[in-house]
Amino acid sequence: MRDQNLETPTTLPIRRDPACPFDPPPELTRLGESQPLTRLAFPDGHVGWLVTGYDAARAVLSDPRFTARPELKHSPLPRPNVRPGGHDKPPAPGWFAGMDRPEHTRYRRLLTGQFTVRRMKALEPHIARITADQLDAMAAAGPPADLVQAFALPIPSLVICELLGVPYGDHAFFEEQTTVVVNMDSTEAQAMTATGNLSGYLNDLVRQKRARPTDDLLSSLITESDLTDEELTNIALLLLVAGHETTANMLALGAFALLQHPHQLAAFRADTALTETAVEELMRYLTIVHLATPNRAASADVEVGGQIIRKGETVVMGLPAVNRDPGQFADPDALRLDRTDARHHLAFGHGVHQCLGQQLARIEMRIAYRALFDRFPTLCLAVPAAEIPMREASFVYGVWQLPVTWEQA
Amino acid sequence: MRVIVDEDRCVASGQCVMTAADVFDQREEDGIVVLLDPKPHRGLHDEVHNAVMLCPAGAIRVQEES
Ligand code: HEM
Ligand code: SF4
Repeated sequence: MRDQNLETPTTLPIRRDPACPFDPPPELTRLGESQPLTRLAFPDGHVGWLVTGYDAARAVLSDPRFTARPELKHSPLPRPNVRPGGHDKPPAPGWFAGMDRPEHTRYRRLLTGQFTVRRMKALEPHIARITADQLDAMAAAGPPADLVQAFALPIPSLVICELLGVPYGDHAFFEEQTTVVVNMDSTEAQAMTATGNLSGYLNDLVRQKRARPTDDLLSSLITESDLTDEELTNIALLLLVAGHETTANMLALGAFALLQHPHQLAAFRADTALTETAVEELMRYLTIVHLATPNRAASADVEVGGQIIRKGETVVMGLPAVNRDPGQFADPDALRLDRTDARHHLAFGHGVHQCLGQQLARIEMRIAYRALFDRFPTLCLAVPAAEIPMREASFVYGVWQLPVTWEQA
Repeated sequence: MRVIVDEDRCVASGQCVMTAADVFDQREEDGIVVLLDPKPHRGLHDEVHNAVMLCPAGAIRVQEES
């Protein structure tokens, strides 16, 4: 085995090959070919690790000796992912994504009853109606359309708003603020301001609901738990941002990927039994949580993949490489919608922080992709693929716009 | 095969229910795993092994019995 402590650490690979927008950054792929973990140089001078191997990523994410606490982690990017309370401070009350057991468990268990497989299944007719309404509006307006604005963004936004009890009328506001937060091209100050704006908005909403509870998740949390307004605000912020931004990018990027793989799209259209594996395969193949997250810090010396990770070192998952590890997935760079083991992807993470909203996201994607391609049999890109603006410098990968057109009946 | 679940470890991901709905369910109030069938018949063993792999929290174990 090579002693990686003697090697020059790499910086986090970000740049993708414009000709292959669905593939991980070539440098990330290259690193993954030689070893499951690589020494990673952080902008603040810290030297930690980048994980590209599937088994190593599972090992780190499921091991309680790795902490999610922000104040113990270094940021692998010059502009850290901003959080309420600050990225290098202890997690703000309620921000359980940055907590460990048992603190994390207490918050998560207040919410998990609302996101079970059965509860999410019961939402199906409702999500189908929301989707049909969006597609009707898109058809009525006629081609061309931006699939992000007409389809990918409004569906998850409407769904999470109704679930939480956030007025959808305000969606332009929180979508705009969220974009500022996740876009690395915005400065840290801009991202902090946007986070503050979102917190202020949700804090007002929490106070209104405390005074007049309605029939939604936020109101039931207020009446059935002893959470403070600050905790409720941060929980609402986590759910609102995680709940619309990620799914929206999967819907748009997934549609783009299907349009660019006509044989796979034809198979998808021909066989409704393919819906579930298709969604899992798109999650694996596209891995939109692609940059700098998930990450953890070692709270003890831990051996992973033949390397000793020292106490205090930050470990960053390179999920796009992890989900294309040839040791786990055969022919990993191919999009194969009938791949039976696609569900083993780590695109929703792994361990105690594995995505809380995964069953909701799955149902939204199953319904929305199916409805889109049923409704518009002749859907195609309205511009050359090379002109689609990719969200390379965003914490969530995807497209900024997706101009499409179709033949009108 | 004997299936054992650990409610304290469970993080209510729902992965086991998606994988083997005849063996696992989730509690209504907090989504924590409910073991429907601790001794599933042979035809379900593959699904159960898959659920063990997919459980993000290491909350499912099986003991093979001869
Ligand atoms: C396709 C869409 C989605 C993707 C790709 C995705 C991805 C992820 C990933 C990778 C994590 C783990 C982060 C870590 O380990 O540090 C996570 C956590 C989380 N996700 Fe999602 N997510 C999606 C949709 C949603 C939705 C719809 C919700 C709405 C409720 C949501 C809420 C959350 C929350 C609250 C956490 C933190 C869980 C915890 O710390 O226990 N996500 N998500
Ligand atoms: S897969 Fe594991 S964590 Fe998820 S519900 Fe089942 S037992 Fe709980």
